[in-house]
This record gives sequence, C-alpha cells and structure tokens, in this order.
Amino acid sequence: MKAFLLHRDRDVDWAADPPPETPDTVRDLGLDTLLEAMSDDDAFLRDVALRVLTRPLTGPQEIVYRQRVLRDCVEHTDTAVELYNLAVETIAAEHHIWPSFLRTPESVLSRSVTAMEMFTGALRKLRAIRDAHAEEFRSPGMTAFFRMLEAELDDAWFETVDSHLRQLRFKSGVMVSATLGRGCVGTGYVLREPHPGPGWRDRITRNVSPSYTYRLPDRDETGARALSELRDRGVDLAADALARSCDHILSFFTMLRRELGFYVACVKAYEKLTGKGEPVCFPEPLPPGRPVTVCRGLYDPCLSLRREGRVVGNDIDAADADGVGLVVVTGANEGGKSTFLRAVGLAQLMAQAGMFVAAGAFRADVRTAVFTHCRREEDAEMVSGKFDEELARMAAVADRITPGGMVLFNESFAATNEREGSQVARQIVRALLDCGVKVVLVTHLYDLAHGLRERHADDALFLRAERREDGTRTFRLTPGVPRPTSHGEDLYARVFGVPAP
Amino acid sequence: MSSPSVLFADPRDAAAVADGVAEPACFADLNLDQVVAALTAGREEYDLAPFFRHRLRTVDAVAHRHEVFRDLEDHAVAAGVDAFARRMRDVRRRVRRAGELRHPHQRDSWFLTAVEEYGTAVRGLVRVLDGARPRSAGLRAVHEHVTGYARSGAFTGLLRDAEDVGRGLASVRYCLTITGGRVKVSRYEGEADYGERVLAAFEKFKQTEGEGHLVGFGDHVAMNHVEEAVLDRVALLFPEVFDALEAFAGRHAAFLDEEVARFDREVQFYVAWREFTGRIAASGLSFCYPEVSDRSKRIGGREVFDLALADKLVESGTRVVPNDFHLEGPERVLVVSGPNQGGKTTFARTFGQLHHLAALGCPVPGTGARLFLCDRVFTHFERGENLRDLSGKLQDDLVRVRDILDHATADSVIVMNEVFTSTTLRDAVVLGTRVLERIIALDALCVCVTFVDELASLSGSTVSMVSTVVPDDPATRTFRVVRRPADGLSYALAIADKYGLTYERLVARIAGRAGVAGTGDDDERTEEGVAS
Repeated sequence: MKAFLLHRDRDVDWAADPPPETPDTVRDLGLDTLLEAMSDDDAFLRDVALRVLTRPLTGPQEIVYRQRVLRDCVEHTDTAVELYNLAVETIAAEHHIWPSFLRTPESVLSRSVTAMEMFTGALRKLRAIRDAHAEEFRSPGMTAFFRMLEAELDDAWFETVDSHLRQLRFKSGVMVSATLGRGCVGTGYVLREPHPGPGWRDRITRNVSPSYTYRLPDRDETGARALSELRDRGVDLAADALARSCDHILSFFTMLRRELGFYVACVKAYEKLTGKGEPVCFPEPLPPGRPVTVCRGLYDPCLSLRREGRVVGNDIDAADADGVGLVVVTGANEGGKSTFLRAVGLAQLMAQAGMFVAAGAFRADVRTAVFTHCRREEDAEMVSGKFDEELARMAAVADRITPGGMVLFNESFAATNEREGSQVARQIVRALLDCGVKVVLVTHLYDLAHGLRERHADDALFLRAERREDGTRTFRLTPGVPRPTSHGEDLYARVFGVPAP
Repeated sequence: MSSPSVLFADPRDAAAVADGVAEPACFADLNLDQVVAALTAGREEYDLAPFFRHRLRTVDAVAHRHEVFRDLEDHAVAAGVDAFARRMRDVRRRVRRAGELRHPHQRDSWFLTAVEEYGTAVRGLVRVLDGARPRSAGLRAVHEHVTGYARSGAFTGLLRDAEDVGRGLASVRYCLTITGGRVKVSRYEGEADYGERVLAAFEKFKQTEGEGHLVGFGDHVAMNHVEEAVLDRVALLFPEVFDALEAFAGRHAAFLDEEVARFDREVQFYVAWREFTGRIAASGLSFCYPEVSDRSKRIGGREVFDLALADKLVESGTRVVPNDFHLEGPERVLVVSGPNQGGKTTFARTFGQLHHLAALGCPVPGTGARLFLCDRVFTHFERGENLRDLSGKLQDDLVRVRDILDHATADSVIVMNEVFTSTTLRDAVVLGTRVLERIIALDALCVCVTFVDELASLSGSTVSMVSTVVPDDPATRTFRVVRRPADGLSYALAIADKYGLTYERLVARIAGRAGVAGTGDDDERTEEGVAS
C-alpha cells in the first residue's frame, strides 16, 4: 500500500542522506527561514521539507503532479491536516505501547496484540476520513490515494484481522510442527493451524490418526518450564508474525506522515506569505535543454518572512532571458544583488520540489541540481588561506555537478587581487557554460564582469543594481552593462554619515 | 611393506617420534619455540610439536617431504586436504558428543552424523587424489590405500546403512499440541502455517523490509526430560525408523580406519607449515626448497630471514630484511660484527633456524639455500636473567660453552651470540679465540656474533660478516649483514644521536626541561663517552 503523493509511481528514498552540498545550499540561500516557516519548529517537518527540497524533480510532469496535490491541500487544508494528524497520532500511540521489561514470546505477542488493536482503530478512522472527504479532491495524486484506501481497507479485511486477533489467544493450545535435527533434537518449528476436530463418526470408527500424550507430573517445575519453552517456540512464531505485521502498518503510517507532511509544510509557508499579501504562484516548469529564466515580481521569500511588510520583487522579461545560460549581476553594493541571487536559487529549488514560488510568475527550465558558491566572510584576514578555501569548495562543487546543473556565485574568488580572481573565475565560468551548466553570478570584479560581457554579449543577461540620482537604492535590478566602479563610496557615506559625492 | 606414511620415508623416524620428542635446547634461543607455537596453535588435537622437533638425518627422508610439499602446491590438493581435515575434526567432535549424551536415540543419532561425515571425508579425499594424481611417494601410498579402502565392503556397507537410517530420520515430521500441562504428539498431516497466514493479512502495509522479532531459542545439544518424553513418543509414532537407528549404532561402533586417521594427523604437519608460511609469503617474502646434504659443508643462503621475526613483523605490517651468506672450501665459521641493532642477532638466529628447518624437510625462508643436514643445533645466547656478578656470569658462560663443545660433533651447527661480553676486551679476545679454534678443529659449522673484530680474521676457516648502515645516513640501520672485513667502526653513537640520546643532546633535553645546567661530573663523563 503506497500513498504515491510525492511521485506518481514510486516512493521517496527517505533513507538517502541529503546531498553533500546541502549545508552550503542551506547557508547560502538562507533556507533556514523557509524551513522554519514550513515546519513551525517541528523537527520532523523541517527534515521532510529539507529532504524534498534538496532532491529536485527533473521532469516538468512530475512537478505538475505535486503542484496539483498541493493545490488540493491548499484548498482543503482541514482534511489534509486531519490525515496528517492521524498519522502523527497513530505513530505516537504505537510508541507509547511499551514493550515488556522481560522480552519473552508471550510478552512480544501481548504487546503486538495491543498495538494491532490500536492500529486497526486508526485504519478505521483513515477509512472514515476517506468516506467523508474523498470526493472533494481533484488531483490525480489524492484521488488515487483515496481509491487505494477504499480498495484495501474494506470490511472483509477488517473481519479477517478480528478473527486473527481472536485466534492468537490460543484457547485450544499451541500447535507446532517439527522435524528431527542432529541428535534427534526437534528443529524447524512451524506454528500450525489445527485441522478442525474429527467429527463424531470418525471418533466412533476410530478413524483418527494416532497420537501420544505426555502429561507433566504434579509439581514438576523444571518440566513446566521445559514445556512452556516448547510452547513458546510456537508463540514466538506467532508473536514474530504479528509484530512484523505491526511494523508493516507502522511503516505505512510513517510513510504517510512523511508524504502528507511535505504538503502540510508547504501549506504552512503558503499561508504565511499570502497572509501578508505577498504574491505566490505555481511556476511553469520547462523541459531541460534550452535555458530560460523568466519572472515577474520574483522576491526572496526568506527575506519577506523575516520582515513586517512586503519586499521588492524583480522582473526578467522573456525577451531578455530566453536561451540565456548566464546571468551576471553587478552594480551598487547593498543594492539587492545577493537578495536577487537567493530569490533565483530558492525559486528554482521550490519549483523543482513541486512547491509554489515566491513571485507573481516564474518560468524556468528544470535543472539537474542547484549549487551555490558564496564568499564566506569569516577569517577575512587570512587572504591566501581564504582563496585556497574558496577553491577547495569549488572543487567540491566540481566533483558533484553534472551538465544541466546550475551554480549560483556570490562574490566568489574575490579573496585575491582582482586580476587573478577574475582570471580564475572566467575560466571556471566558461567551463561551466560549455558544459551546459546555468550560471548566475553576482560580482563586483569589474575585470571579470567586463570580460564576460565581451565574450557573451548575445547569450548572457547582464543586470545592474539600480541606483537613483540621489544615491538611494531601489533594490530593483535592471538590464545594464557592468560599470567600472561599484558604489562603495555610497555605502561609506551612509555608514559614516558623510554626504554622497 | 610398512604402512603408508605421508610424513616418514624411514619407519625408524616414525618410531622415534612415536616415543616422544623433547623440545631441543636450541628452540628458545632461536625463537623456534615461537614458531612451533604459531604452527600448532589451533591444532592441539593433532599433537604436531614432536614432528617439528624431530630432525631427519637422511637426504631421502627430506626428499620424501619435499615431494609431498610440492604436491600440496597444487591448490586443488591443498584445498581437498583442508576439506578432509575439517570433516575429520567434525567426525571426532560428533563422536565425542555422542559419548556425552544419555538418551539412547540422541546418542545414536549423533553417532550416525559422525559416520555420515566420515563417509563424506573419505570419499572427498579419494576424489581429490584421483583428480590430482600426486607424484610424491607419500601421497601416492595414501592414495592407494584410501582407494582400496573406499571400495571395501566394510566402508561401502557402512555408508549404505547410514544412508538408509538417515533417510528414515529425515522423513520424520510430527506435531506438538501444547495445552496446559499436556503435550500431544502426533504425525504432521498438512496443517497450514499459521504465522504465514497472519503475515499475509498485513503484508500489504509493508513499505520496506523490516527486522524480525523472534525472541529465539538457543540450540542446545542435551535434551530436558520433556523433550526426551516428546522424542520417546515420536519414536512410538515411527517405530521402524528408530529401531533401525539403534541397530546401526550397535553394528558400527568401530568405524574409523586406522590409516585414514594416521594420515589425518600427519598431513597436518604440511598444512600447518603451508598456512604459517603462506601468511608470511603474502607479504612478499619467499620460501624455497633447500638443497640438503649430509656430507658437504659448502653451504649458503640467498635472501634468507628470521622466520619468527618475519611472522611478528607481518602482523605489524612491516617486512623483515633478508640476508645472503655462503661458506666455500675450508670455510666453516661466520664471524658477525658491526653496529649494534644492525641485525646481527637476527642473522645468527636465521642461520640456526635454517639448519633445523631444513632437517624437518620443510621449505625454508629465502629464495635459495644449500644446507647441511646436521645432527644437532647448539646455541649460546646471553642470558640476561642470570646476571649475578661479572665473574659469576663469565664462569656461567664458559660452563655452557664447554658443555656445547663436549657434545658437538663435526656434524653439528653451533650458534654463538655475543659470548664473553661480561669481561674485558683482552679476555674476550683470548677466550673467543680459544673457543673458535676448538670449533674449527672440530670442523663444525658455526656462526659467531661478537664485538671482537679480531675473531673475524682468525684463520682460513672464518669468514667475516658485518652489519651495515646506510652510507649517507649512518643513523639509519639497514639490518643487512654482508660479507666483508670488519672495519672496527661503531655506529652506535650515530644511532643514539638519531634518537637524541647522545650525551650533549640528552643533557640539553633534560636540562632544557628542568632548566638546570650539567655539573662538573657530567663534563667528565662527556669525555668518556666521546672517547669510547
């Protein structure tokens, strides 16, 4: 029994660790804020959200499959949450059924019977939720899920379970079969279901198979122990079967909790953003091949979630960004360059997780993976060591990235002088582009930006952080060629309270 | 014809071993006790130590074993012998177990499994030898014997009986129904597996393969009285099966063939040696079949090494340094001098080990060797624990040397390590010369480790060998001992320097730690230290 809410035809590999670049991605994109919004500090939901976000889907159809489930969940939040809570509560209830201190077949069986009774109750509830709400849902994912519940959790199944729970009390004794092992010691014990007893006619005609019975002498305590061990061999098998069955049901609820959990987490973030009037949209995923990044009102959801009001969004027109594999952002310091870079990265990740995107509209081709490479501010004084560290991180990215990937650079390779840094960066960027990797690059290295402009006048998009005549920033980016100076003086002026030049 | 032995060409050797062999006195000094301990570890039941102590005295007896070793180089033969040995161990274990049990059905059943395993062992051995066509006289004789034995009525009848009885027991399937204080024993009549039915009802929820929850029960050999009562009733349900079992055990009590048992023990000599040396060879060292002679004292070895040391070093992942030596014409005595910790003692041990191992008929450590079949190996190593006072120790040394010279013959090998260190240099020269002269007169083979360079050029019978260091870096020891005149240079100081243990450095370190300068007394010792 599979829920198949995240993929049409398969499970998510929850056991797989997030890819090794995950800590860098989380840090560079400020993903923690989003995860917090999705989880409300629930460690489980945070983990689910992170795992799904860091395993991007690479097919537009897969993405749309999830988008439709998510739409359903946004529209019928109560039912989605009710299903999710049922899974959470069932799992918690199972954890509260303590195993006995003494682990014997009898105690394992007893615990399993209790657990199984609890589970069947939960499964009846699950069935009831389906009966009440299935018709409200429209997405292929949710309708298939409810159909599966209807088919598998029918009355006949519940009756079978009840009859097993009755029989497992072993009112008429425990029957096991065995063969003779080495030394004639009984071995290969198998729990058996006795044939129905012989009828009266068989009894009269003595048409019953021969048997010999051993009766324990009174007060034979050693014998009683030995006999109960023999009995336990049978009970052990029953206990094992039922305990494993409980595990199966537990694993079903665990799977359900994860898959529903992702959508519940998405709804949480969705409601927070829309609650403050921010636009959100379901993006249009394009098949891999031709690089595209088109957006309207694209903003950094994490920045917005941390602030009171709304934040500034950016537009990239189709005319500028169709077929463009390189986006270079230059311009004023603190002019929104890094924010834009994070917005692009988050949008790509969220889109490929099947989520909504923080924008009025977003259209992009799917990428195999998203990597980040950002300047790290610590130990700035150890310049040579820092450049070394940057290159080491780049090497780690290079170890992992494949054609069709995406790399976001933020002020990379600036830990050396401009000429050297530019030279290294140019070579890296050129190699990435030639390998079909999409590159978004924020830099104040004029030498680098200028060089890229010379080489990619037609197939790259150059954006500049806006600066008004009076020196104030709009945090809005506009197309524009790199200019030789940054606006550090502005910043200096603001910080030191000196008028701008 | 005497009974076939894979180990002894000469029945007199076999008889000598059967009488028991005490550990040769040289074993401790040569670390051969460690080697034998390693060889016999885990094989105590075979009592192999006597085989590794008794030296063969004829070239034929040695060749007999070399041939067997060569046959065993065939992987199929070695694997077949291993399998045979494993099964025979199992046979003995099962017979032992049967003897420990009190319930007759149980006892007989264990006995039956012992016989079954024995049949597998013998048939497997015949098959391996058929396929391998051994060339050694030892294995050919064994092959001939077991082939005949496997065809004999005694053996085939034994196995046929065992098979019949075993088939009967395997067919027994019964059911136990336990209710309160009663257990009903009946034949199994197709009752359904209930555990499977329970699982089937819930299988559909399974997401991943989970773990089992069996509490589990230890497998025990002996039965309690309830199990015995059950077994008695099973026997009542299947009387013909158990009657046959009882009859079988009565009929075949003495099933083990004496020669098969003998081969099982003796072949372990080879198996143990191969396993032990195989471990060392895997680290890149070589073993070779030595050319042995009971007459010629023209001996030599190429890339030979100390087996005990090599075994230890393999464990720590390092490799022993091999050495070469040779004695030609009138040469009889190797005098080894040179820097300490340069491998002199190891070389002397190697020399002694080689001569013992060669007389066992074993491949020896090295890429090539020509060795003399000696009557005894005598050793004289310094005994640290006997340190009473210097004169007492010197006397002790001399007594031991005299004892050796009293017993040594022209066919003996003598290994002397750092004799007469407990006296003045003058004494050491005099005593050393005297002793060596007597050994030379005896015409025995000898290796003598000494700090007395003069001994190296005593006569035409002595050959000088020197432990060496790397020329560019005197502090690095090579452990290589080479044939060349003693140069009288000591590298001990250089080695001490490497470890920061020369006087100046040690003082500097200790003084640096303590912050105290050396005293006048120390300065005097400095000069002594430099002078010596």
